[in-house]
Amino acid sequence: MDPTAAHVIPPNAEEIIRIEGLNKWFGDFQVLRNISLSVRRGERIVICGPSGSGKSTLIRCLNRLETHQSGTVIVDGIRLNDSLKNIEAIRNDIGMVFQHFNLFPHLTVLENCTLAPIWVRKQPRATAEATAMKFLERVRITDQAHKYPGQLSGGQQQRVAIARALCMAPRIMLFDEPTSALDPEMVKEVLETMVSLARDGMTMLCVTHEMGFARAVADRVIFMDEGEIVEQAPPEIFFSQARSERTRQFLDQILDH
Amino acid sequence: MHPPATAHRPFAARSLDWLRENLFSTPANALITLITLALLLWAGSSFVSWAVLHAVWGRADVATCNALFGQGACWAVIADKWRHMLFGIYPQGEQWRSALAVVIFCAIIVLSAMRAFWHVWRLLALWLSGSLLCAWLLAGGFALTPVPTALWGGLPITLMLAVFGTLFAFPLGILLALGRRSALPIVRAASIVYIELVRGVPLITVLFMASIMFALFLPEGVSFDKLLRAQVAIVLFNAAYIAEIVRAGLQALPRGQYEAADALGLGYWQTQLLVILPQALKITIPAQVNSFIDNFKDTSLVIIVSIFDFLYAVRQAVISDLDWRHYFVEGYLFAMAVYWLFCYAMSHYSQWLEKHLSRDHRL
Repeated sequence: MDPTAAHVIPPNAEEIIRIEGLNKWFGDFQVLRNISLSVRRGERIVICGPSGSGKSTLIRCLNRLETHQSGTVIVDGIRLNDSLKNIEAIRNDIGMVFQHFNLFPHLTVLENCTLAPIWVRKQPRATAEATAMKFLERVRITDQAHKYPGQLSGGQQQRVAIARALCMAPRIMLFDEPTSALDPEMVKEVLETMVSLARDGMTMLCVTHEMGFARAVADRVIFMDEGEIVEQAPPEIFFSQARSERTRQFLDQILDH
Repeated sequence: MHPPATAHRPFAARSLDWLRENLFSTPANALITLITLALLLWAGSSFVSWAVLHAVWGRADVATCNALFGQGACWAVIADKWRHMLFGIYPQGEQWRSALAVVIFCAIIVLSAMRAFWHVWRLLALWLSGSLLCAWLLAGGFALTPVPTALWGGLPITLMLAVFGTLFAFPLGILLALGRRSALPIVRAASIVYIELVRGVPLITVLFMASIMFALFLPEGVSFDKLLRAQVAIVLFNAAYIAEIVRAGLQALPRGQYEAADALGLGYWQTQLLVILPQALKITIPAQVNSFIDNFKDTSLVIIVSIFDFLYAVRQAVISDLDWRHYFVEGYLFAMAVYWLFCYAMSHYSQWLEKHLSRDHRL
């Protein structure tokens, strides 16, 4: 991984995500406390923190997999509220990759990739399949196109999940612990795919503990704890000169192992 | 490591081992085995002696049977009465129409069980043309003598009530299951009320309502065919059960499937039809077949609203004949055999279906 490749976004790039004063509760438990965050187009952000810190919930609030109770979320100029039209428009902009892949097990790899383009984007089947094959090639999995997800390894499944999200031509990609459910030897192939995506200038928000990935491609690393953003900084500063004690403790724990 | 040696021993030796281990491991165990064996032999041999060895086979008159009454089965009653048993009070000269309808109906079912027909339009064409043909054969008109539904009976009635009773209940049941999980309070409440209300009462009462009470609510002069009313009652009744089975299937799916569909921007109906239901319905195949077999046998309850299904036709064929009326046991055994044949075929098909659809190698 070439660390110099990480910083290519122009400083004046426009804002694509704006979060202001975001609060969310699960019952009485407050998972997100007054989160504010601004992301510029092409920016690559890694979010880390102990489990239960609200990092997954934060990115799930961006495409309404979770509903927030107060605060503002604006994605690509569209305000996220109860309007189904807005939710639909925002979901059209955002691709998501999950910890457990969530491929559709009853559909082949190719069908997984063409389902949404055909039914949501109303693309002709042939166009959708051509696009799907292009992205499957990109994640190096074309020879498995007609297999079912259950026949693939975890790493292959996650790469298919990335291709499936890319087929919808999203402007933003969310990664929710994409390598946590993988066997160690498969982590690399998924990370390589993500790095190549990052090099192409995709706006990315990744919840991950892969600090090597953060060092290689992140423009900004965010540390969350107890529902708050505790610290955010470019990786070279984040890893060596973290200001908060909590961040340093967390880094000690995960970097020592 | 070598595999266990038993795998290479001849079958007879392995069987002996199995017997020793499982049936004769202790003296008490051996005693129980012997007693059970003796009971089975005793019961089995007297049945075989009655049903096979001393039975009257083929066509024979009542006197032959009477001479052997109590010692041998009188299968002659089936040979004599089979038409009445299968087709009830349908006019004698027209019973070929009933028979043809049953054959066509079974053919539709077998064809739609085959992969080559699993396309919406093919299935629709098959069922529409087949059902219309059967309806024409049974009801008459257009060159055939009309036969009112009050005279229909036997196997065609049982098959029709069971198959359409499930076919139409299925979409309704799916809607109810989705309704019960809906985020809209009114839809959810309505589905729950319907399901709990219908599941809480016996089929007999629903049939009774459809047959007698329903007519009271209609304006004078308006009436629906009694058979149709019973059919609708069975559909509505089965829908509640199917809904609960489908709901179990929906709940078995991981939340990630819904989330992935949401994240891709699929709408509610797209998610249900393309992602959720194909998986949920597959999981529920064993339960659905179970419920269909139940429903198939439950159709025999329609007799309480004077619809003459197969079981009643069998009973009536024997009982109503003064000569043969003592031989209802043989009649019921015949009915059992026919019911068993259908149910066993269904069960077998469901196993094939499960295996066939498990291509996704779900982890």
